[in-house]
Amino acid sequence: MADPVVDDTLLRSLTPAVIGILVRRGADFAAAEDAVQESLLEALRVWPDDPPRDPKPWLVKVAWRKFIDATRADASRRRREERVEAEPAPGAGAAADDTLQLYFLCAHPSLTPASAVALTLRAVGGLTTRQIADAYLVPEATMGQRISRAKRTVANVRFDQTGDVATVVRVLYLVFNEGYSGDIDLAAEAIRITRELATRIDHPEVSGLLALMLLHHARRPARTRADGSLVPLAEQDRSRWDTRLIAEGVEILQQALARDQLGEFQAQAAIAALHADAQTADETDWVQIVEWYDELVRITDSPIARLNRAVAIGEADGARAGLAALARLDSALPRYTAVSAYLHERDGDPATAARLYADAAAAAANLAERDHLTRQAARLNATLRG
Amino acid sequence: MAKYLLLKHYRGAPDAVNNIPMDQWTPEEISDHMQYMRDFATRLESTGEYVDGQALSPEGTFVRYDGEGRPPVTDGPFAETKDLIAGWMVIDVDSYDRALELAGELSAAPGAGGKPIHEWLELRPFMAEPPTVTE
Repeated sequence: MADPVVDDTLLRSLTPAVIGILVRRGADFAAAEDAVQESLLEALRVWPDDPPRDPKPWLVKVAWRKFIDATRADASRRRREERVEAEPAPGAGAAADDTLQLYFLCAHPSLTPASAVALTLRAVGGLTTRQIADAYLVPEATMGQRISRAKRTVANVRFDQTGDVATVVRVLYLVFNEGYSGDIDLAAEAIRITRELATRIDHPEVSGLLALMLLHHARRPARTRADGSLVPLAEQDRSRWDTRLIAEGVEILQQALARDQLGEFQAQAAIAALHADAQTADETDWVQIVEWYDELVRITDSPIARLNRAVAIGEADGARAGLAALARLDSALPRYTAVSAYLHERDGDPATAARLYADAAAAAANLAERDHLTRQAARLNATLRG
Repeated sequence: MAKYLLLKHYRGAPDAVNNIPMDQWTPEEISDHMQYMRDFATRLESTGEYVDGQALSPEGTFVRYDGEGRPPVTDGPFAETKDLIAGWMVIDVDSYDRALELAGELSAAPGAGGKPIHEWLELRPFMAEPPTVTE
């Protein structure tokens, strides 16, 4: 007996290939993607009772039928119906990697980041509109419209046009880094999609991103307490880090770095790897971390990288040096005040630190950070009262 | 993407430019206003930016715990000076500038004489989820 539970991961992983086959047969991307989404929903309905022997041909067959039905229903497209109904051989003349082309199309620079994320999760990730809507806490209808608009935006982009790997990795990074924790584990999905990308394209930044994701994912069991509050890196129980993921991330990173084409994701992964390498927070090699932040600042010129560099300098060279580095930055940066509070406490000025922690809490952009900063202020205020 | 709350006040916001109360509008002006609000929400749905919208009754009560075994204490109706929320809309947009743009459009809803009300709306960002990568 087949397992009655649908293998969601298998279903998702087949999605881009099935879209590619429909496009090769003459469907335009938007119609092919809709048809494949319909076939996924049907698979979720039908497979628990009647699992297919071979899932991929099943999906291709059902998706193609959905596409033909939709084309028939659309009277204004009658002419195209005649052209596509004669079913051509699948994959005929398919030299390019269809799945890889989908990554580029879904991350096309004409899309806003949110649209690119939604389209990537549906067409490359094989998630349903409802799952994506739940992950970003918007109604399903809203997410459906966002995806439709994204598809209209890229309607005139040639499917076989090779894009920029940098745009793809940025979109996947967003999926990993920003989202809500619903039924779908966005971080795990981002890793799955990035792994798939890494098998299709040999690029050090794709490896760098995958390494970065694995190294951060490894810490996840230690990142939150039972009550959901965040545990700062320095206080995490490192025995709960996933050593297998760390080893894999480090190996992927080393291979990428050996190619000597440094990029921002490799640099970020290198910083994460140095943290992962320290058995205790005190053993962290902050001097090397500062050097990697120097690289990151050189590559990205990002003010956030400069802010994190100031923290690292505070650890490597002392709080006074960290404050000096911080003083050269724009005080309007997010988390500037929180960093300033931390460095002032390390510099032996708890009164200033308490005030800054309270200010930082008031300006925090998420609840976990606000709660953490409020506790820091409360802790210092309690000691100051004696 | 970031979520924002557009908050509409019965009272408590600065006075609108076209500040004639709704009960002194013509029935047609009221219909036009309602239609504008519906069209605005529909348009946001079609752009994939709409999350939620609700209106609140002005009738409200303050409630607080009054100790073990006692029923909660109530106080109200709200005093005339109290800030009073009329309703909200939640949007999910790419940027703060886009949120400002949409709030401006909503504030242009027609009122008396078919002219924009220029109502003051309160724009508040939602707390986000913490990012995964923090260093």
